[in-house]
Amino acid sequence: MSSHAYDYLDGNAAAGELSKIFAVDLTAAEGQCAHCGAKKHFAEAHLYTQAPGIVARCPVCEEVLLRLVSVHHHVFLDMRGMTYLCLDTTQLQESSRE
Amino acid sequence: MAGTAVSGRRVIWRVGTVVAFHDETATARTITLEIPDWPGHVSGQHVDVRLTAPDGYSAARSYSIASAPNSEGRVEITVERLLDGEVSPYLTQELAVTDRLELRGPIGGWFVWTPRQTEPVQLIAGGSGIVPLMSMIRSRAAVGSTAPFRLLYSVREPGAVFYRDELQLGADHSHCVGITYAYTRVAPKNWPRTPGRIDPALIASATWPSNLAPTCYVCGPTSFVETAAGLLAAAGHSPDKIKTERFGPTGDRK
Repeated sequence: MSSHAYDYLDGNAAAGELSKIFAVDLTAAEGQCAHCGAKKHFAEAHLYTQAPGIVARCPVCEEVLLRLVSVHHHVFLDMRGMTYLCLDTTQLQESSRE
Repeated sequence: MAGTAVSGRRVIWRVGTVVAFHDETATARTITLEIPDWPGHVSGQHVDVRLTAPDGYSAARSYSIASAPNSEGRVEITVERLLDGEVSPYLTQELAVTDRLELRGPIGGWFVWTPRQTEPVQLIAGGSGIVPLMSMIRSRAAVGSTAPFRLLYSVREPGAVFYRDELQLGADHSHCVGITYAYTRVAPKNWPRTPGRIDPALIASATWPSNLAPTCYVCGPTSFVETAAGLLAAAGHSPDKIKTERFGPTGDRK
């Protein structure tokens, strides 16, 4: 079960920061947890922001999916907690037509 | 994730100009912004607002968009003032019409409703979690959608209800949104339900049954969202049909 202290948000709240790196929206992307195998949308991840960066955890097993830390002009991105992330590229096709 | 309508344009910081205010409650204010190069939004999306002090210190917060999609580059956000907040006291007390604000958006492509959706929709709001759901209600009304909508709005007391008159007007129309208020602390006189948190009996009486397979949108503080999503799942709704968006324990999103 999820933690009892409701000190987390969810993947929706990370979307602004992630838009600095990804050209497509990540909240609607489906990913698989590398620890328990759960397949969820990134929006459903539990997000912890009381850290130097942001930490997204699997809503099922609570293991770390993603870490994102910005330091000056660099962004550190650690995604080893996800086996894959499936992104909807129709957004890219739309933008390339503009 | 198929069917989400999201602009493919890159999310960048833009500058909006404050054109109007409206106080929703004693502590919450709606701010209307005009953003010249706004690419348009979908109901349910949010923006990040960034304030920068003269010494360069900056703080950003996320706020859901309350207004329906429009082509005029207008965006409304409703901000609840938090006593120990870093951003919300400024936005609700010091910001003036014609002031400019930095914002990034629109953000998010999962917690969204578009008029292409014709299935029943169950909205469940906890406190200021009503904001993105109000955008969905407004969008539905603006395009004349007849998608069956119900709203369960959990709120501390009658004085804390956002958009009260507009919700009441909408509830009187045909193809209306069925609205149930659930007061947690203080209810109006002769209110049928004792003030308290949402529970299985309320879910059973005030929300679409699971056999109609509604898409459910739940938004509010994290503890509220966990409770509401758990009650929906226990009532037989598929987890795939329950979309959630969590605010912080204080309603602040970061």
